[in-house]
Amino acid sequence: MRGYWALVSARFRMLLQYRAAAVGGFGTQLFFGLILIMVYEAFYRSSSAPQPLPYADVVTYVWLGQGLLAMLPWNVDAEIRALVRSGNVAYELLRPIDLYNAWYCRALAWRTAPTLLRSVPLFVVAGLFFGLRPPASPAGAAAFLVAMLGALLLGCAITTLMNISLLWTTSDDGIALLLPAAVLVFSGMMVPLPLFPAWAQRILYLLPFRGLIDVPFRLYVGNIPPAECLPLFAQQLAWTAALVLLGRWLLERGKRRLVVQGG
Amino acid sequence: MFNAVHLYFRYLGVSVRSQLQYRASFIMMSLGQLAATGIEFVSVWVLFGHFGSLEGWSLAEVAVFYGLVNIAYSFSDAAARGFDLFGAMVKSGDFDRLLLRPRSTALQLAGQELTLKRIGRLAQGNTVLLWGSAQLGLAWTPTRLALAAGAIIGGACIFYGLFVLQATLAFWTTESLEIVNSVTAGGVQTTQYPLAIYQRWMRRFFTFVVPLACASYFPVVAILGHPDPLGSPVWLQWLAPLAGPAFLALALQVWKIGVRHYTSTGS
Repeated sequence: MRGYWALVSARFRMLLQYRAAAVGGFGTQLFFGLILIMVYEAFYRSSSAPQPLPYADVVTYVWLGQGLLAMLPWNVDAEIRALVRSGNVAYELLRPIDLYNAWYCRALAWRTAPTLLRSVPLFVVAGLFFGLRPPASPAGAAAFLVAMLGALLLGCAITTLMNISLLWTTSDDGIALLLPAAVLVFSGMMVPLPLFPAWAQRILYLLPFRGLIDVPFRLYVGNIPPAECLPLFAQQLAWTAALVLLGRWLLERGKRRLVVQGG
Repeated sequence: MFNAVHLYFRYLGVSVRSQLQYRASFIMMSLGQLAATGIEFVSVWVLFGHFGSLEGWSLAEVAVFYGLVNIAYSFSDAAARGFDLFGAMVKSGDFDRLLLRPRSTALQLAGQELTLKRIGRLAQGNTVLLWGSAQLGLAWTPTRLALAAGAIIGGACIFYGLFVLQATLAFWTTESLEIVNSVTAGGVQTTQYPLAIYQRWMRRFFTFVVPLACASYFPVVAILGHPDPLGSPVWLQWLAPLAGPAFLALALQVWKIGVRHYTSTGS
């Protein structure tokens, strides 16, 4: 256990060094947030029907999404890709720790440190000037924090799955190109799920992806009452467990058929 | 001049032939790109499904905006790979080699690669555009075709200019800066919808600073025959795409200044 903890904290501290990238990310996310909010503003102006998610909540939702974007499992780990390509992945197999756990720990650090660097300044600026509101209630805030922890564990399971897929594809085409697109749409990152047609919502609420964005963000704005949070947490954990098991099984198969490239 | 054009196409020929050596990979990546970008339109479709219309614009009309800007972007994204990866070249000192050759650096970078897998986004933009125009019953008359070609060429020029400017920054920062990238990606995102829905500062930014709207919004309004809520006259809608080549020419001038500033990092 101590070995894994050292792995997470070492990578976490290393990733905190990329502060220039975080400044760039901050600018990008601020710009995108403003564009998205203007698009929503225009759509909300166009309809006088009562909305399942009020405009002010959508604004908060957009800022949460822009701030926490780096936490989503939307890309593969470039270092693991390089390891697989160069054949150096063989060294990973030699280490006296469980490979799945090690890669999962990498993902944990990789999904938290950059997010922390970007989200804090963005939330401050968006909160002061651009309509990001505090959580709907103290209970909502607590539920949001627990759900974000669940989202992190779930997201890292998906990230690790994508990294494992590199053992088959060696480049980030195929699954590593398609899965991020699915994540962005099905999690509610691109459009909040309550705005989807009813038939699509029924399907999307069963998939693992809603646990990444839809559940925590709607708890934050109070669109899902905090009292309803327990089954949602259970769903997050169940999907996380299922995807971890799938990842472990795939990694075992991948290790057996792995041909190390290069001499 | 003729020689330069000839050389450029030789470069592209080499790049295309080398990519086609990995045929399966090329097909997979193109299909992946098609699906990954196609899913972007899903969000537009969902929003229209929920709200019905966007300030008097229909989904089919937005599809024409969306399709044209994605086509323009896919062309420049495919052709500007050399500039896109330029930061790494400065870092490693490999740019020195380009300076030694008796041809312009911009030409050599432009000829570095024609990224074929971008055909996925191109196909996606085309599909959305054709679907939108079929829904609207738009006949592709020579006038409309001319406007669409102007919009695509003008838009591709502006995106290309942004890639060149991003590369130019690397002369000073040695690191490719994400910030220009965000203007590019933000520009694609913004001009997928009619410019008229945005607040004034955003409209001005994409008309006067990075004139993407000149190569998408104004010509598309003329193609659709939709009265412009911003009140632009028809002659302006026709001339606006010329801002594209002008922007690219300006970017290339800035590039020349950057090259003069270059000091090698290599040893």
